[in-house]
Amino acid sequence: MTVADPTLTKAGTRDRPSRGRGARERAAWAFVAPAMLAIGLFFAIPVIAALLLSLTDFDIYALANLDNLRFVGLQNYERLLTNPLFWGAMKNTLTFAVLGVPLSIAASLAAAVILNARVVKWRPIWRVMFFAPYVTTLVATAVVWRYLLHTRYGVINWGLTSLGLPAVDWLGDPSTSIPAILMFVVWKIFGYNMLIFLAVLQTVPDDLYEAARIDGAGPWKQFRHVTLPAIAPTMLLVSIISVASFFQLFAEPYVMTQGGPAQSTVTVLYFMYEEGFKWWNLGSASAVAFVLFLCILAITLVQLAVAKRVGAYQ
Amino acid sequence: MKIRAILLNLAVALIALVVLFPLVWMVSVSFMATGEAATFPPPLWPKVWTLEHYRDLFLNQGMGRYLWNSFALATLATILALGFTVPAGYAFAKLKFKGRERLFQFLVAALVVPAQIGTLPLFLMLKGMGLVNTYAGALVPWLASIFGLFLVRQYALSIPDEMLEAARIDGAGEGQIFRRVVLPTLQPIIVTLGLFVFLGSWNDFLWPLIILTDQSNYTLPVALASLSREHVQDVEMMMAGAVVTVAPVLILFLALQRYYIRGMLAGSVKG
Amino acid sequence: MSLTAHRRGALALMAGGAAAACTPRRSGETVLRFWAMGNEGGTVGQLMPEFERRNPGVRVSVQPLPWTAAHEKLLTAYAGASLPDVSQIGNTWVAELTAIGALSPTPPQAANLLTDQFPAVLETNQIAGRAMTTPWYVDTRLLFYRKDLLARAGFDAPPQYWAEWKRAMHAIKRVAGGDNYAILLPLNEFEQLLTFGLQIDEPLLRDRDTRGNFSSAGFVAALAFYRSLFAEGLAPLASSTQISNVWTEFAKGYFSFYFSGPWSVGDFRSKLPASFQPNWATAGVPGPKGLGASAPGGSSLAVFKSSPHQEAAWALVRYLSEPVVQARFNTIVGDLPARQSAWDIAGVERDPMLAPFRGQLARAKAVPKVPEWERIVTEMQIVAERMVRGEYTPESAAAEIDRRADRLLEKRRWMMEQGRAV
Repeated sequence: MTVADPTLTKAGTRDRPSRGRGARERAAWAFVAPAMLAIGLFFAIPVIAALLLSLTDFDIYALANLDNLRFVGLQNYERLLTNPLFWGAMKNTLTFAVLGVPLSIAASLAAAVILNARVVKWRPIWRVMFFAPYVTTLVATAVVWRYLLHTRYGVINWGLTSLGLPAVDWLGDPSTSIPAILMFVVWKIFGYNMLIFLAVLQTVPDDLYEAARIDGAGPWKQFRHVTLPAIAPTMLLVSIISVASFFQLFAEPYVMTQGGPAQSTVTVLYFMYEEGFKWWNLGSASAVAFVLFLCILAITLVQLAVAKRVGAYQ
Repeated sequence: MKIRAILLNLAVALIALVVLFPLVWMVSVSFMATGEAATFPPPLWPKVWTLEHYRDLFLNQGMGRYLWNSFALATLATILALGFTVPAGYAFAKLKFKGRERLFQFLVAALVVPAQIGTLPLFLMLKGMGLVNTYAGALVPWLASIFGLFLVRQYALSIPDEMLEAARIDGAGEGQIFRRVVLPTLQPIIVTLGLFVFLGSWNDFLWPLIILTDQSNYTLPVALASLSREHVQDVEMMMAGAVVTVAPVLILFLALQRYYIRGMLAGSVKG
Repeated sequence: MSLTAHRRGALALMAGGAAAACTPRRSGETVLRFWAMGNEGGTVGQLMPEFERRNPGVRVSVQPLPWTAAHEKLLTAYAGASLPDVSQIGNTWVAELTAIGALSPTPPQAANLLTDQFPAVLETNQIAGRAMTTPWYVDTRLLFYRKDLLARAGFDAPPQYWAEWKRAMHAIKRVAGGDNYAILLPLNEFEQLLTFGLQIDEPLLRDRDTRGNFSSAGFVAALAFYRSLFAEGLAPLASSTQISNVWTEFAKGYFSFYFSGPWSVGDFRSKLPASFQPNWATAGVPGPKGLGASAPGGSSLAVFKSSPHQEAAWALVRYLSEPVVQARFNTIVGDLPARQSAWDIAGVERDPMLAPFRGQLARAKAVPKVPEWERIVTEMQIVAERMVRGEYTPESAAAEIDRRADRLLEKRRWMMEQGRAV
């Protein structure tokens, strides 16, 4: 659903007394000021402060007495780059993203394509139902899934063993902990992108599918030549947002595994939280936050460049 | 074709099963007796329905307090966020003022920056203001909602300028125009944004975890995370806690889902 | 427009008012906020009615915390100026809390609370000779072993020094047979290697605790001993998360020696069948040349400088330090009391499994008291694990641990050079 962007320039070209215009400008500032003040004070300033903090060695000694603060330039960043725990967190985060983004987009797209079919009944009900996990509280559902993934009493392992497959120590084995958390994450978020894809799919005219069918194209060919091009711009937007949010996974490892087993689920944000709030190395933690930001920015730019090349958008 | 219809509907039913099962299981276990869920094979339905965990939560674990904290904070966040962002969003859309474009570009750039960067300095700043462990401290991030501003602005762009001009010619001041003409027109997006903020505040975890240090101030997610580390074995009680946390927002969402979905699509789908 | 501004102002006031209205207070009554963790958090409330009876006008509000979040919650509360009045703390956190100036040192009137303590435990609570916290309950590690398998291997008493211990381990591994091992040393836990490190003569840090001393001959020998246990097939290459149930594996003979604390006594008793109980026992930890030291663990009670109720807070600490009260707490939750006379009152040593703890605690040695210690010892274990997996020799591992420790201690060194208090 798009909103037509009315041309703003045409309105307000009539003559009016300057007093009215001045009053209007003052009113505009009054409307905007509180939000701008809040954004400036509680967002912009902390971000700049974080950049500055990352250039100091703010730690527990500095917390006690600010005289103990030292400006150390890029030392925090250097230390991070040589810290194996940090690289472990990066590797885990990348694993989450590389596995999770395609998985969640595929799940959302599949669900959207299925729901979009004309033969499906009661579509509005399914739509809302599939979206419901997205609005549930993350911590609460993480707790539920922690029990579903329980090695001995979890329903998932019960299902596996009923089918003759071996039970998996989902959250206790470092090699399955990431897939286990991903199962939960995909369950929770697939409805969001599904709705977006569904909305776009419903704008694709039926005659395009009709024409393809007449040309002899089967369902898969129709998907590739009619559906995919239609959703390409949306796909780009969705994947950019998905990558950014997968890079910011925190609550899931915090609630389900506390970063374990054997640090296999420590994400960059979890590492930052521990560095900042467990050890009070605020300088180092701020450096982590900036590195995270730069990573997300870099990957976003790469995605945009790739999309431009592929022609998905101008 | 009939087969296709059956298969598709079956697929839908399967997805529905996967989607609903954890939630239904959560409710079901919350009514089971202690220790019943930790057996193999895991039961799906309580043998005997009991309210003991809900009673335990509210009488012994202070759940009522956390529920109140979550509700109060979410309500205040909604009111404050609307108060701050609706006028600003309208002004960005419809009122020309010096520096509007520059400011808007800055906001677009700010969208890329993840909020967690400022978390630590913001904590130190609020400590200086004495707002740690207070409601006010927990509400601060909701005042600076760039996303909300964009949402309102996007919607407000569709207000016909002629309507505003007519009111101005009639001699109305900007404040009156805002109250009498703009607000009623913006009503759908106000409901949507209010819903976003309420749900967002209710579900928020990292910031309340950091800023609310006293147990009596915990919101439901923070209390639940803390309980889950202490009572790892107590499945049934944890499920009851999860139900108390999830049920209010789920019900709110189901009641107002039209507004939520419409707002969500308006923000994300570009032509 | 002015109305909108007023509305916003009113709302901001409401937010602040709601904040203030959230802390309940009854006039005239002193409320002590007491943070307690783990099992103690759930049970210490039972001791409070008696305290409140003896101190009318004082009410204690116990807030339980999980151990996994306690450390960060304490530091966050310090940063946010919302510390409680009294808190249970792990006794390895004393250095940190002292460094940030959060603690109220033991006042002269309370000096008699420090008598009747285990020397190493008391030392852990002292910074620069001054007691900053009061020991509450203690624990340390003992050797848990399979008495039956050891007897079958030809040893009628538990080993007392490293060489004898290794001989016993080889013998037991032969007796246990198959894929079984002799000892469990989880690769993600530092306590075992740390125990060996404490048993040597040299200290673990040098130069007033500003540099690592892990390259000392004694510690290299400890690293070599640790590595040999894996290299000779006596210990499995496993982390604690890969062993689903320690007690089941112990009963099955997967390993016959195990390091643990008093909580395992209760665990082994309750989780293993009665028929198995005669097969296990506890003993002091073997050292290089005879029974050796271990780290003095446990919790202490901290009174915070920021508390406006110092007198009432110290009254609570005094109450919880009374031998009779400690003995009672021992019966409730099983923690070993800090006051030695409480052991006699509670008859702790009547239990043959708990008796060796007393001697072991007398032999305990305090770990270096620097705020960075926990990070240093975590890094030590990471390097040790890689050494076990073949990446380092004991000498190069020691050098690497020193390198990492020196880097972690750099700020402390700088502060000492500047003459600032640490």
